[in-house]
Amino acid sequence: MSMINYASREINCKLVYYGPGLGGKTTNLEHVYGKVSPNTRGKMISLATETERTLFFDFLPVDLGTIRGFKTRFHLYTVPGQVYYNASRKLILKGVDGIVFVADSQMERMEANVESMQNLYDNMAEYGYDLTKIPFVIQYNKRDLPNAGPVRDLQAALNPGWPVEDPALQKVTPDPANPGQTIVDRIEEQWIGRAPYVEAVAVRGDGVFETLKVVSKMVLKTLS
Amino acid sequence: MTGAASWSFSEDHYRQIQQHLTAFLRESNARCALLVDRTGQLVTTVGETPQFDPTAFASLTAADFSANDQLARMIGEPEFASLVHQGERESMLLADVAKRVILVVLFDQRATLGLVKLKAKPVVEQLARVLEDMFNRVGTGQASEQRVLEGAEDEIDRLFG
Repeated sequence: MSMINYASREINCKLVYYGPGLGGKTTNLEHVYGKVSPNTRGKMISLATETERTLFFDFLPVDLGTIRGFKTRFHLYTVPGQVYYNASRKLILKGVDGIVFVADSQMERMEANVESMQNLYDNMAEYGYDLTKIPFVIQYNKRDLPNAGPVRDLQAALNPGWPVEDPALQKVTPDPANPGQTIVDRIEEQWIGRAPYVEAVAVRGDGVFETLKVVSKMVLKTLS
Repeated sequence: MTGAASWSFSEDHYRQIQQHLTAFLRESNARCALLVDRTGQLVTTVGETPQFDPTAFASLTAADFSANDQLARMIGEPEFASLVHQGERESMLLADVAKRVILVVLFDQRATLGLVKLKAKPVVEQLARVLEDMFNRVGTGQASEQRVLEGAEDEIDRLFG
């Protein structure tokens, strides 16, 4: 739920990084925290266990620039990935403007990815939000690992697409993150939409800012 | 609903909120009042300037309040409309306002919990009325405010390179 403050000329938006445990959600935020100028970011808050597993959430506010005289401030949250923290995870989704799903590319984690994606759809539905209609980006993380699965397989499992019913959206739309690919296309007489995806190695910072850029832009475009 | 609707408030509403909170601080002897929306975004701060990061504080406040909401439901209560955290020197009261925002009051030994609670009740009602007016207006013709960046697509593209 973006909040527009006409008095202080600010637009505040909430982004949530979702995904299975140990997939790299916190690492994404840590990289952003480490790379952006202290003038444009706030304090990073991590509610974590003693073993540095996220217990409730991580939080990082960043300013991404000024548009139409409004300062655009994004609040980045992660959720705890472990299955049994669902109650906390659901709370963080309240009022979300954009979602990044951080998938673990390792083949062994495919089941955990699918389970987490299903859980995301379920939790969003409980708030009455439709994931196919809000800014949503999938990040395939850990692309450097030898056991990383092919992107095609990950896409088939996690981003198979949904029917696009709205005639206004039924047009071939390029994937903002992957030149030559599409996020809305006509397949066998049916219009199918997909979330854009970004390949990443979050520990090295590869793909981290690109993911943030793609999702933030989608969020701001919903206000334009 | 496709996603969370955005909400905005005008300078006039902002001023009304400030006035109510300023009067409340004077009457209750509390140090500072913050208004935080349920998603963790800071709406405003009135009174002494906090010595901490108010943005981080706001996100934790919303999480604290939401977690307690769930705890309330688990024990069969519809909600905990207010919460109190008492420290040796500094304390805080959190109160729900119209299910949309949370009023956070910071106070020390100069104020008593009883007085803060007593004075918080009417200010919560005043704030609820301001918010109600705000949302009613959005629903009746000011929806264009939600498209604050209308026509700014080029500017958005430039911002992200």
